[in-house]
Amino acid sequence: MRTGDLSALNAARLRREAVLSITRLSDDSSVIFLEGQASPPGLEDSVRLAFRSGKSALVEATGEALFLNVYLPPPRIVVIGAVHISQALAVLSAIAGFDLLIIDPRTAFATPERFVGVDLVADWPEDVLKIRQLDPYTALVAVTHDPKIDDFPLKAALDCGCFYVGALGSRKTHASRVERLRANGVAEDALERISAPIGLDIGAANPAEIAVAILADIIGAFRSRDISSVPETAV
Amino acid sequence: MLQTPYENDPLMVAERWLRDGRKVAIATVIETWGSAPRPVGSHLVIDVDGNFHGSVSGGCVEGAVISEAVDVIEHGQAKVLDFGVADETAWRVGLSCGGRIRIHVAKLGDA
Repeated sequence: MRTGDLSALNAARLRREAVLSITRLSDDSSVIFLEGQASPPGLEDSVRLAFRSGKSALVEATGEALFLNVYLPPPRIVVIGAVHISQALAVLSAIAGFDLLIIDPRTAFATPERFVGVDLVADWPEDVLKIRQLDPYTALVAVTHDPKIDDFPLKAALDCGCFYVGALGSRKTHASRVERLRANGVAEDALERISAPIGLDIGAANPAEIAVAILADIIGAFRSRDISSVPETAV
Repeated sequence: MLQTPYENDPLMVAERWLRDGRKVAIATVIETWGSAPRPVGSHLVIDVDGNFHGSVSGGCVEGAVISEAVDVIEHGQAKVLDFGVADETAWRVGLSCGGRIRIHVAKLGDA
């Protein structure tokens, strides 16, 4: 692969765009292109399948062995709430290969000192998510306990097909949350998608352990997600 | 600096290495059979001194891939390598998990 192509490939990945390289094994020539650009003739189906499934593969086309390597955006976690759990989750998610964004309008919580090196925005989710949009490669984690802050992003995440939607709170808190979201027009099957109480049940007893439980829950959801349910336009 | 999943990403590392003027090869898993430790598409990048980032097998065959990659950098010709327990070289390098993998090794950068 040429240096310019490698740079373009990396730049697309940093922009969270799906990108694909095709390498002809006989002479090692390669091309890259973004999802939506015209595919080379005869490869339309293979390219569509690669983008949709996220699976790279060797294919035969016009007697040539070609390797299609597809790079989908890495799963991302958007955390609503700059709380103690979020501090631990920021560290863990980087190790596990997730992008992470934390949003909290409460400036006392959302301080750079508490979140060194973390992508943190001290503003309301309804304003931030207009610019930093959710997508099906995103997990939404709401941990403020405050309906004024959590409810909007929870509904937005369910609406756009985030692969994981979790909300912190007791069963009682969650029951009243479900009532509010239902009154706000969220369908029953969407309400059931919310992981609450949040995280895998490992008996987590402190913020760091809860962060581990949440991350494990997110990984489980990501690895078992149904590709065919991802909206065509969103892949 | 932001904590991002790209800090140790092999393709990002490769781009930095090329900009630094280092000679670089990339190894990519192009086919797997049975239980393979790393999925198709996984990368290992190697420079001419044998420095590397990423993985194609979780440690089983990296040593062999790195030495082949140094050869690819020096001669410019891409290679396809096969590894598996059924291979006659299994006593030397192979996959203890019982799978087989095919790896493409090519030089990166312009000519």
